[in-house]
Amino acid sequence: MFRNQYDTDVTTWSPAGRLFQVEYAMEAVKQGSAAIGLRSKTHVVLASVNKANSELSSHQKKIFKVDDHIGVAIAGLTADGRVLSRYMRSECINYSYSYESKLPVGRLVVQLADKAQVCTQRSWKRPYGVGLLVGGLDESGAHLYYNCPSGNYFEYQAFAMGSRSQAAKTYMERKFETFTESSRENLIKDALFALRETLQGEKLTSSICTVAVVGVDESFHILDKETVQALINEFEIAGEEAPANEAAPQDQGGDAQAGAADQGPTDQGVAPMDI
Amino acid sequence: MIVDSSSPAPTKNSLLLSSEADLQRTQTPYVTGTSVIAIKYKDGILIAADMGGSYGSTLRYKNVERIKPVGKHSLIGASGEISDFQEILRYLDELMLNDSMWDDGNSLGPKEVHNYLTRVMYNRRNKFNPLWNSLILGGVKNGQKYLGTVNMIGVHYEDNHVATGFGNHLARPILREEWNENLTFEEGVKLLEKCMRVLLYRDRSAVNKLQIAKITDEGFTISQPYSLKTQWKFKAFENPTVGAEGSW
Repeated sequence: MFRNQYDTDVTTWSPAGRLFQVEYAMEAVKQGSAAIGLRSKTHVVLASVNKANSELSSHQKKIFKVDDHIGVAIAGLTADGRVLSRYMRSECINYSYSYESKLPVGRLVVQLADKAQVCTQRSWKRPYGVGLLVGGLDESGAHLYYNCPSGNYFEYQAFAMGSRSQAAKTYMERKFETFTESSRENLIKDALFALRETLQGEKLTSSICTVAVVGVDESFHILDKETVQALINEFEIAGEEAPANEAAPQDQGGDAQAGAADQGPTDQGVAPMDI
Repeated sequence: MIVDSSSPAPTKNSLLLSSEADLQRTQTPYVTGTSVIAIKYKDGILIAADMGGSYGSTLRYKNVERIKPVGKHSLIGASGEISDFQEILRYLDELMLNDSMWDDGNSLGPKEVHNYLTRVMYNRRNKFNPLWNSLILGGVKNGQKYLGTVNMIGVHYEDNHVATGFGNHLARPILREEWNENLTFEEGVKLLEKCMRVLLYRDRSAVNKLQIAKITDEGFTISQPYSLKTQWKFKAFENPTVGAEGSW
């Protein structure tokens, strides 16, 4: 992006009708590590790549539980993401207090978008530098929304954001039609596949990613490392090229082989390796 | 029940400075409605209430509708101060309006409305300025029946049959004996009429003009006003003063 003379203030339009500060905020989202979401009729899966500043530090937390029926994955300025997650939690709990029932995710998303819009129209504020993938439930089932710094929001069947997210998007574009009727397990596997695409060759292990699920009969929760690793092993054994096949059994020996035996046929259907 | 108004008579200066010139808290009730009773039945909820608005011990207004619909899924019945009920209806109207403005396929059901009312009633009670009502909130949403009550101090609960005021003492014992969850519409109406008749005989503020409302998944109906048949030909009521102390 080039320097422009109309980009100092968020309240200054460019002659071409653009608000550059808002667009720069959306750039910040692209710099964050990848996060993806996909949904079926009854479940939403969120997954993110956990970057750490250095080997010595802990991973950034990118997925937050907002309520039993809503969770959010963020990419961009994590501090902004944390603040917005707190706002979302607050809205959910206030609604529950007044109405003894769950805030429909569609309404939360609109409130969030309106909050972001305010920051695009005040000279003393700056836009939030974070994209949010909100997965949750309302009366009509499971929904996935993407909220961006501009104050826009869209509903998606599947979406990816952050660095190298295009690779994940390409994968999901091929497969999204199957997601609506997908089972919970296949949805999670597809999420892991898509996430792996963003790693561009780096090995996918449960220590560098986080996966969370919410469903019509399932509260939002983050899957533990063992579960995630087992799922990774299943599809890596079944659908992989030769080199990776040799690498995988070394990690998880017994578990992986048992997994492969059960899941072999199914995974061949799911594997995207036939390019 | 604190009456807190500016006294002595405010001078021009003090009116401008004082923000309490017109602060008055409730109070006592003036125009009141008496019992409301409601039951769950096979297809939904039935609510009954008479159409009387008493002014103290005078049965002054005889065309007061004390049962009203709330959105598509609920009915509200009120006893107590009628003007406060009208205020509550305005709150509910605004609530349902904002709910439908979302236009997103989600809607507030009877449970949500009941809870909202509970918060309003309790909040007012805490400010020593209650809405002087006992409310019944019933409705059906997605096949689920809901029946609850909340009163001016914020006490709230749900049950298969509820009542306000005198109804709690006279109607609920009958309902405890005779209610079951498979009542048909006709059986439900008969049961409610039995209770309303007892109330008519024994509650001084009852009038013989009532409405029965029903709400099901399909929608609501509130009946036209009608009267109950009563029986007064008891021997003890004939020549009641014969032989009384001091008579001749």
